[in-house]
Amino acid sequence: MSVLEVAGLRTHFFTRAGVVKAVDGVDFTLQRGEVMGLVGESGSGKTVTGFSILGLVDPPGRIVGGSIRYRGEELVGAPDERLRELRGNRIAMIFQDPMMTLNPVLRIDTQMVEAIQAHERVPKKAAWERARDGLGQVGIPSPEERLRAYPHQLSGGMRQRVTIAIAFLNAPELIIADEPTTALDVTIQAQIIYQAQKVCRERGAAMIWITHDLAVVAGLADRICVMYAGRIVEAGPTDDVIDRPLHPYTVGLLGSVPSANKRGQRLNQIPGMTPNMLALPKGCAFRERCARAGDACLAEPGITEPAAGRALRCFHPHGIEVPA
Amino acid sequence: MSVPLIEVRGVTKHFVKRLDLAGKIARRLGADVDEEVVHAVDAVDLAVRPGEVVGLAGESGCGKSTLGRMMAGILPPTDGEILFEGIAASEMSGAQRRAATLAVQMIFQDPFASLNPRLRVEQIIGEAPLVHGLVDRGGLSDYVDDIMRNVRLDPALKRRYPHQFSGGQRQRIGIARALAVRPRFLVCDEAIASLDVSIQAQVLNLFMDLREEFDLTYLFISHDLSVVEHIADRVVIMYLGRIVESAPTEQLFSAPRHPYTQALLADVPRLDQRKHDFSPVAGEIPSPLDPPPGCHFHPRCPHAMPICRTQQPVLREIAPGAFSACHLDGNSGT
Repeated sequence: MSVLEVAGLRTHFFTRAGVVKAVDGVDFTLQRGEVMGLVGESGSGKTVTGFSILGLVDPPGRIVGGSIRYRGEELVGAPDERLRELRGNRIAMIFQDPMMTLNPVLRIDTQMVEAIQAHERVPKKAAWERARDGLGQVGIPSPEERLRAYPHQLSGGMRQRVTIAIAFLNAPELIIADEPTTALDVTIQAQIIYQAQKVCRERGAAMIWITHDLAVVAGLADRICVMYAGRIVEAGPTDDVIDRPLHPYTVGLLGSVPSANKRGQRLNQIPGMTPNMLALPKGCAFRERCARAGDACLAEPGITEPAAGRALRCFHPHGIEVPA
Repeated sequence: MSVPLIEVRGVTKHFVKRLDLAGKIARRLGADVDEEVVHAVDAVDLAVRPGEVVGLAGESGCGKSTLGRMMAGILPPTDGEILFEGIAASEMSGAQRRAATLAVQMIFQDPFASLNPRLRVEQIIGEAPLVHGLVDRGGLSDYVDDIMRNVRLDPALKRRYPHQFSGGQRQRIGIARALAVRPRFLVCDEAIASLDVSIQAQVLNLFMDLREEFDLTYLFISHDLSVVEHIADRVVIMYLGRIVESAPTEQLFSAPRHPYTQALLADVPRLDQRKHDFSPVAGEIPSPLDPPPGCHFHPRCPHAMPICRTQQPVLREIAPGAFSACHLDGNSGT
């Protein structure tokens, strides 16, 4: 059974200025031990997708349709108590800003022991030992000492490691990581990715890595979903999506990444800017920035499966090489 | 070789945290408290030739922004000299100094914080050229239109306020403001870091176009090595206030010499390297309050030798145009 099955998820925000369809029809499934990269620019709905899975969408936002099944169990509309049982226990989240996750006035050990005891009847000493081992596993030197520290005494990379350790404390089956390395330096980013990758492999946990940086998930994810204006416009195995992108937006995104073979040349930029979510164009939301758009794009493109394991929402995809 | 457009010699910046009252009293009473000194930039030499794009990269806290701000003239160095076209700032006449100040402009990271929210775009762009007599009041409107077109902004939007623009457009306004005084040297401090990937590409392309149109010279500061690799002719890597390596871009990325550069490059995620096992460099950047003695990188360096702990390696030319500060390169440290 797949760990997570999201089908037709729609999360809308009912603001005074109008309805923002932040997530508008997202489908994907996640198998045990699989790492999925959810890629998109700001405002594409990738974070709201993560929040919806955890039931963390606050008013004026609301899940208005679709289903989220964790091991077959429907989470949309599930009682708060059940969601609280799952959150931080079976499903964990790592946020972008570790200072938002950690309580600044509590010591690290207090917060970690609390996270364990909230879900399990464990004596304090055993919980403390588990917290210590958890810190060791994410590469924190002298974990006993660090447990007695307050968050402000740790560096940014250290704090993010603590939040990863907390996320993994109860051996969750699903981890949602929302841009956990965006605020960090490359060397620290590499360390965090390394630790997350290692712990996932050892525990067989599935992970959704939300990011705007295709290069990060290229080295990490098994599968990539590209989001644009609240929808997944392209999905598939990492190598396929990066080597043979089909959707013009994915092609544009890849062309925007500076890499060695294009040194000194103009980048293949996408014209225009991300659309206003309050006034999305009719039909394909990417239409106005797309060079391949035609009259057909005035209608909404449905999901097609142009090759095994791939999904696409486009009437005019780039050439697809069919393996002989 | 031509005279460098801008050159810094032995430039040092220390930030001193003054003692508060309690600290002063404690010291009077004989307690062992001292003022904390952050060695942000430590005796750095760097020359930028006309027309060149120099990329300055390093982790946060390595002093790259401080060096950029000193070169832009908005932060006075604690020690050392800054020369513009071979003339030190201290030896310039008033007119020369004004010309030099105008010729060097800066573009900031945060397009939300660096634009005055109470001014219209035309005021933001037009204020400086008017004050400096580059344009008179009658020609100002056309001048602003021209500058806006240069950065691919619609002049029809010039009566608007900054909050009515998106992040990418605001960054263009910041670039327009810098261009309005016809600079020759631009310091871009993480100028595209806060933008979305597709907008980053647009602004990066704009920088490259402007370079050709206006014959600009850039110091491009970024923590993102792939951006630096893309735009720069020469790359300078800093670590804890010192330059550890400097080389033509091609050379630095294909054959990095300094162990720190090697580690940094290995950690950059790339589209063409997939599913690899990350093997990150150990440890974190030490506190600049108390940098390690000798080579600053030795606690994290896989090749550290006894000499690295005691003696600071000097930056030496190891190949034509390529400099590295490492004892592995037969560096005697003298």
